[in-house]
Amino acid sequence: MKKTVWILCAILLLVTSLVGCGQSDVKKLYVYNWGTYIDNSVLRDFEKENNCKVVYENYASNEEMYYKLKSGNANYDVIFPSDYMIEKMIKEDMLLPLDKQNIPNLKNIDPKLLDIPFDPGNQYSIPYFWGTLGILYNTEKVTKPVDSWNILWDKEYAKKILMYDSQRDSVGIALILQGYSLNSTNQDELNKAYELLVEQKPLVLAYVNDQVIDMMIGNEADLAVVYSGDAVYCMSENEKLAYVVPKEGSNQWFDNVAIPTTSQNKELAEKFIDYLCRDDIALKNTMEVGYTSANKNALEEASKEDDYNNIAYNPTDDILARCVAFKDVGEFITNYADIWTKVKAAQ
Amino acid sequence: MKKVLRNVYLYLMLLFLYAPILVLMVYSFNASKSRGQWGGFTLEWYRRLFMDANIQSALYYTVMIAILATIISTIAGTVSSIGIFLYGNKAQKVMLNVNYIPVINPDIVTGVSMMILFAFVSMRQGFATMLIAHITFCIPYVILSVLPKLRQMDVNLIEAAMDLGARPMQIINKVVLAEIRPGIITGALFAFTLSIDDFVISFFTTGSGVSNLSIYVYSMAKRGISPEINALSTLMILTVTLLLFIINRRSNKKTKTTGERI
Amino acid sequence: MNKNMRVLGLPYVVWMLIFICLPILLLGVYSFTDNTGNFSLENFKSFFTPIYIRILLNSLYLAFISTVICFILGYPVAYMIAKIPAEKKRNTFLLLFILPMWMNFLLRTYSWMTLLGNNGLINALLQALSLPQLNLLYNSGAVLLGMVYNFLPFMIYPIYSILIKIDENYITAAGDLGANPRQAFTKITFPLSIPGVITGITMVFMPAVSTFVIPSLLGGGQNMLIGNLIEQQLMQAGNWHFGSAASLIMMTIILLAMQFMNRFDKTQQKNMEMLA
Repeated sequence: MKKTVWILCAILLLVTSLVGCGQSDVKKLYVYNWGTYIDNSVLRDFEKENNCKVVYENYASNEEMYYKLKSGNANYDVIFPSDYMIEKMIKEDMLLPLDKQNIPNLKNIDPKLLDIPFDPGNQYSIPYFWGTLGILYNTEKVTKPVDSWNILWDKEYAKKILMYDSQRDSVGIALILQGYSLNSTNQDELNKAYELLVEQKPLVLAYVNDQVIDMMIGNEADLAVVYSGDAVYCMSENEKLAYVVPKEGSNQWFDNVAIPTTSQNKELAEKFIDYLCRDDIALKNTMEVGYTSANKNALEEASKEDDYNNIAYNPTDDILARCVAFKDVGEFITNYADIWTKVKAAQ
Repeated sequence: MKKVLRNVYLYLMLLFLYAPILVLMVYSFNASKSRGQWGGFTLEWYRRLFMDANIQSALYYTVMIAILATIISTIAGTVSSIGIFLYGNKAQKVMLNVNYIPVINPDIVTGVSMMILFAFVSMRQGFATMLIAHITFCIPYVILSVLPKLRQMDVNLIEAAMDLGARPMQIINKVVLAEIRPGIITGALFAFTLSIDDFVISFFTTGSGVSNLSIYVYSMAKRGISPEINALSTLMILTVTLLLFIINRRSNKKTKTTGERI
Repeated sequence: MNKNMRVLGLPYVVWMLIFICLPILLLGVYSFTDNTGNFSLENFKSFFTPIYIRILLNSLYLAFISTVICFILGYPVAYMIAKIPAEKKRNTFLLLFILPMWMNFLLRTYSWMTLLGNNGLINALLQALSLPQLNLLYNSGAVLLGMVYNFLPFMIYPIYSILIKIDENYITAAGDLGANPRQAFTKITFPLSIPGVITGITMVFMPAVSTFVIPSLLGGGQNMLIGNLIEQQLMQAGNWHFGSAASLIMMTIILLAMQFMNRFDKTQQKNMEMLA
């Protein structure tokens, strides 16, 4: 029996020392990003250049990221919130002001993307990717013209439609279709959007996030609501696919990179942000994931490629003119969450 | 005739249980990313798997948590069992009922309630919180395995030891622990398999930078099907099968020598 | 061993208070308060509206159906294995049937995604036979299948371990007294195996009712069950109060169900102990 106790003690000692090794002195940078939103080699290179370790995790929606930070269960150093979420997080003191002197590569960012109302003067966030919301469809299967959100309610494509599992985007589509504002704070309008989404539910194959990429490339569905960058990637892998920003209008979104107040390593985080703004790094990222770079040089370089020379990667002014950005709707966001839960719960 | 029917049924059910897993394993060697077609044999997905730093860290945390949780909960569970065993009937009953809560409560309730606890005491979630959660749901199983052995123990043995002048610690060491050893081993095995396999409770009690294999598979599977998960699954399934094979052989040997069933 | 050694149980008493009792207490506190921390029944009021009631009923319904299917499929398996005369063969079969219990739950669920998808093996086979493709994934059928597949071993094992202990002499005696095999089964074997059946039902029903992984992976967000609601409220909607209320309601239902099952069998806790 004694022997067993000794063996146990030895194992315990070994294990604790191993745990110790796992948490060695190398600085750690906790990065919390959207799924498939970076070229992983970029992270490894950053580790080598700065002798640190990047701990990288994904989220699927702004809300998921926000509540994870809000609940205090996280100590991320770098996050990638969208426009309305940045506005909300600034209001709630969840972001650290950036020291621009530490981000000299800011000069490479497209000036059009700077100083937008959600973060005046870019005090808290630096543009990373931007794009539109639209419909990706299979040109072989969908013969009707695709120019309206209405096609997502067409019974001919029952069980061939993928919706995005994100409250602002999906409820937003239903709002636009009825001529309301994307940023509506009117409960009646929201209720009408709810009815429309419930009506659509039997036609929807699934409510998805990143699976949309694989499923559209693999011809598992005919129509999908996607962000423009995913469309670029899908179209480069499957030439039957095409992307459209419907005539009723849509959402133009901006995903910026920011440092949450939970960060314990602001210096390294700013270094990382600066690193992302570098021309070569921005180009690598945009070429890997297909999203439109906020770096003007990378955008120009990428647009030379055939796969990137389209309205999904580089929307025309015409398209942008009918797009609206999300705004923070304040407390009303719980009504959106409620509607979305109910849509998903409907039978 | 009856025997044939029986065998057909049993083999059909086995097919149902194993076919999906086998298909998964076969696909892990499929060069084509698409599942509809066979694109030739490849080890590419395994190569990518071993290159993936995230999977390595997930593996590290899974094993580390499982080992620590097993050791701590086995020791704590055994010690507590001895304590509980000595309590009066009423107190024992109350303790066992509370001890039973994590066993009967759905995992999601255990996970959510612990998540709320950690938020309540402002404890940042991560390795420590996940370990605490694992220990909490492992100890009850250790106690449930050890306590019956204590009850079966012959009280005369202890009295005899006392009469012979053994000190309390000696009695514990030489008599009690030797008697309840099979229970302790069963409890430890239980704790290890539960911990290494857990998803739901870990999912709610982990924080930034710490995920185990189950959490990793979940986040990958939510993104769709990937040949890398197939490769990972194959390795995990083979490991478990091997482990069970070893345990089974061990306990078979035991059954023969001690005539005891585990 | 003397009474002084009772202190050995004390640390665990403290541990249980902090990590078992306090969390559940907090769950209760959260479900009876609102965002501002004031007492409120709002969470329960909004839960008992048709939309969430339907989620609850749907969860109970799917869990019930999958339990029934598991029983129908699993009892014969347990019975047939128990009747195999050769011990070695019997043990091999038993091991094969309970081996999946030790395989990672997520992998077992995930494996069906590769089979059922529009590009999965089944549809590829259908296509090869020039049959029309089927929508197999992302509906309640897929969720049900996932439940049955995952929890079937939990039904087989407890029933088997009771059946194997039934004294053959009872059945021989019944035969001697003129009972045919069917009567021997319905009058002797089955009633004696009830405790195993009850343990099996509990072990299938409980995880089935609370799962959120299966509907999330195989249901494609189309089938929201109570587990998904809880997960979604805590992780994505940030409404811990409502999520807690839903958890509490689910917990209560399961405890009541177990109480109900206990009436059929007083020795159930013993069975669970034996399993553990």
